[in-house]
Amino acid sequence: MKRLLILLALLPGIALAQMVTRDGVTLSASQEQRAEAIGAQLRCLVCQNESIEESSAGLAKQLRIIIRQQVVAGDNSKSIINYMVQRYGIFVLLKPPFSKLTLLLYASPFLALLIGFLAAWNARRNRVVAAAPLTAAEAARLNKLLER
Amino acid sequence: MDTRRRILFAAPLAVAAAGGAGFYTILRRMQDEKYDPHALPSPLIGHRPPAFTLPGMNNQQGFSSTDLSAPPRPMLVNWFASWCVPCVEEAPMLGQLAKAGLPIWGIAYQDTPQAVANYLNQYGNPFQRLANDSSGLTAINWGVYGVPETYLIDRQGIVRWRWAGALDQDVVSDNLAPLLDRYS
Repeated sequence: MKRLLILLALLPGIALAQMVTRDGVTLSASQEQRAEAIGAQLRCLVCQNESIEESSAGLAKQLRIIIRQQVVAGDNSKSIINYMVQRYGIFVLLKPPFSKLTLLLYASPFLALLIGFLAAWNARRNRVVAAAPLTAAEAARLNKLLER
Repeated sequence: MDTRRRILFAAPLAVAAAGGAGFYTILRRMQDEKYDPHALPSPLIGHRPPAFTLPGMNNQQGFSSTDLSAPPRPMLVNWFASWCVPCVEEAPMLGQLAKAGLPIWGIAYQDTPQAVANYLNQYGNPFQRLANDSSGLTAINWGVYGVPETYLIDRQGIVRWRWAGALDQDVVSDNLAPLLDRYS
């Protein structure tokens, strides 16, 4: 019973040990994991081929803080990403979403495949078929024509 | 049959030529500074700026989103900072526009009153009002991703144009001037 009580007393300590501080925001390890997953999907607009998680730019740090604050406040990941898209447009997403604007982008591999199939089909159709050997009557007629 | 074959052989060449012409145009336009692949369209265009209130700075009046809701004539909101190099570059252009009668309101981004005062003393102060966004959080709500950025706001309070980077004579005559004509 005494041991159990000691264990119970230690529990908050264990929970506290799992807290992490990133960019001045303190959050649990699982919250930090979620924040990192969100940040990895977002483009840093200052150095455009880095994600917000990787970038050392000041704006990226500020956005990391905002993401963590929203994670701690319990906002779901989708609404945090929407918050960024609302401000910076869909360009902030490292993976472009499927939309009217990106339709051609996503369809291009299939279009290329289709064009390839059409070309192959066309080439097959136009293939020159080898002439059948002459029948005896045809051979005789040809000889007759050549002799003349 | 023969023409068909010719077309079939010419097709890949035509595709390559079209691609080449496309790339050439892009590179050419980049060289002439008419196309910037890093430029982003602002989601604010066609909308009002998000709600905000910013205090003034150095005895100049600050402003809020309601002050921008119906300006008497089209105006510019310019985000700048004393620590920003392209801001120095565009300072003469802003001065020229202000002198020509275009209202320009400034927002100092992540800066201190003292540094801003020194900066404006040195490079001129084109701003009718001057707000202080020391935290940079209002900038995030506007979708500002660097300084300078300039927004054109029409008489209905709607953002019509955003330029990220220094304003120069080419940008003003090619982009801003026609819009000012249209919305005044």
